[in-house]
Amino acid sequence: MDRKRDYYEDVQIFTSGTIVFWSGVLILLLSIFPFIAKNYYVYVANFMAINVIVVVGLNILVGYTGQISMGHAGFFAIGAYGTIALMTHAHFPFLLALPCAGLVAALLGFLLGLPALRLEGPYLAIATLGFGITATQIIGKIKMFGERQGLHAPDLTIGSWHIETDKDFYFILIPITFFLVLVARNIIKTKVGRAFISIRDADIAASTMGVNLTLYKTLAFAVSAFYAGVGGGLYAFVLRFIEPELFSMFMSVMFLTMVVVGGLGSIMGSVAGACLLGFLDLQLRNILEIPYVGDWIRALSESYFTLTGVSNIQLIVFGLILIIIMLFEPLGIFGIWIRFKKYWMTWPF
Amino acid sequence: MVDFLQMVLSGIAVGSSYALMGLGMVLIYKASEVPNFVQGEMALLPVFIAFMLLSTYNIPYYIAFPATLIFAFILGCFLEFAILRRAKEPNILGLIIITIGMEMMLLGFVSWKFGADQRAMPFPISTYDSIIIGDVFISSLDLLTLVVALVIMLTLFLFFRFSRMGVAMKATQMNENAAALMGIKTKQIRMVTWGISAVVGCVAGLLAAPVLVEPYMMWGPMLKGFAGAVVGGMTSLPGAVFGAYIVGIVEHLFGGYISIEFKSVVAFAIIVIVLCIKPSGLFARHYVKKV
Repeated sequence: MDRKRDYYEDVQIFTSGTIVFWSGVLILLLSIFPFIAKNYYVYVANFMAINVIVVVGLNILVGYTGQISMGHAGFFAIGAYGTIALMTHAHFPFLLALPCAGLVAALLGFLLGLPALRLEGPYLAIATLGFGITATQIIGKIKMFGERQGLHAPDLTIGSWHIETDKDFYFILIPITFFLVLVARNIIKTKVGRAFISIRDADIAASTMGVNLTLYKTLAFAVSAFYAGVGGGLYAFVLRFIEPELFSMFMSVMFLTMVVVGGLGSIMGSVAGACLLGFLDLQLRNILEIPYVGDWIRALSESYFTLTGVSNIQLIVFGLILIIIMLFEPLGIFGIWIRFKKYWMTWPF
Repeated sequence: MVDFLQMVLSGIAVGSSYALMGLGMVLIYKASEVPNFVQGEMALLPVFIAFMLLSTYNIPYYIAFPATLIFAFILGCFLEFAILRRAKEPNILGLIIITIGMEMMLLGFVSWKFGADQRAMPFPISTYDSIIIGDVFISSLDLLTLVVALVIMLTLFLFFRFSRMGVAMKATQMNENAAALMGIKTKQIRMVTWGISAVVGCVAGLLAAPVLVEPYMMWGPMLKGFAGAVVGGMTSLPGAVFGAYIVGIVEHLFGGYISIEFKSVVAFAIIVIVLCIKPSGLFARHYVKKV
């Protein structure tokens, strides 16, 4: 079915005409979307696009290289604060500040990758988790970053184009997202990507084949941190106000959830997972306003639970999704897609 | 000098509750090879049950606390039996994800049921009592925590050393297939291990509850206990206790002498430093992977 016959078939971007066609349709839909949708949904789309960037980056680390990271909120925060600080204090233009903040995050990712060279499993989990918590705590204590009060994003101007609404920002965000996803897909198809995958599958075997473990493991951390940093920089302008409490451990766990739900080791799966859970996240935050379900939940909360804690239903739903995915479909949405495709391609049999 | 002793003593007192959480995590890590992120919430739910029994239904302590511990045991067994055991071809990441999922569900449930209000649980000992030994003082609740922690450690030691079930657990952790061939019901053993771990964690929760009861109360002890267990090597029970006390003491000394602001993050700095020097922790034998 998906058999590769030669090297060029493996590395080409579009494997068939169908994919070219549907990519064209997707670009068309994305470009007319803000004109037909309500403003709130454009905001939702921006939110989802940021999730896509971070989750694709995290998947390069977790899904392809096999190194767990529970501290991506730290890189995300560094990107967000870094972009704003570079713009307000160093007067960088936005399009320069964003990659610079991403590179700062990548440098920290590289540094985190160094101790991670010797760690695996639970040790790596607690080390990265500690990094995430520490980064947020330290950022929350720095005067330049507004300490606990948080920080407002400056006005955004590119050339003569003044960006004010969500719709304007959409036209910056979506091309960046598209570009970064494409880059991630290409990284995986190069020598670097194959090195990542070989490290995941068997690191000792990979090193005997000449894969430089030190280089590629730290590189995976750096690339992943870069994506998170860029995502964070864009996030600061979607919210227009950031504070240290936003970048909690729960956020790192959410990113990891999206990777797992989308499917480990699948770029398109990550995109799907990030969009789906990002949408669900926003919807569940004001669950009481959903028709029918909202009223029922309100009644239930009033008689058996508390109304103040109703937003925690979000946690229950995400926890349930995680468990169900891990128990029944460990490859997530990507796994479901593979089975669907296989069923129809071999149909009557 | 008095300051120093005082800080060390407070560190030991705090370290005791970290040690209990760390012990719980190590027990589960040895049985199921998963860092158990649900450890905190396995203690949280029983604590809230105890809080409800004591303050809403006015049930006396000598019934409420044993009932809570039994509930914790059943909860632990249930989580292993109903969820973790059902995982298909699990790898380490998958198992971590499952425990995170369970943690989110329990945390969400507790926060929904009880709200985010900060309360204190009624307790036989007042939180304001303290005992003065020489120049240093220790609150009687802290002293109780220390004593209970030591008793539990001793019990666990005796249990693993002398009881039939404890030896069976050790055998299962060493080599599951061989243990099964010797007639040990390894699945059942693993389930009971989860139950015991939940009870140990629940004791730590109950001892923290007189000060503060709120849904995020077990986060700190859980992460610090995890940190302590990792410092000790994740597979060694004495190592976990030792690591947890180190984390508690260093944290207090750091808070006292260097910076109170960054007190809560110093635990993670300790882990990174220890793991850089000894990647498997202080007490575990370094495991070399073979091809």
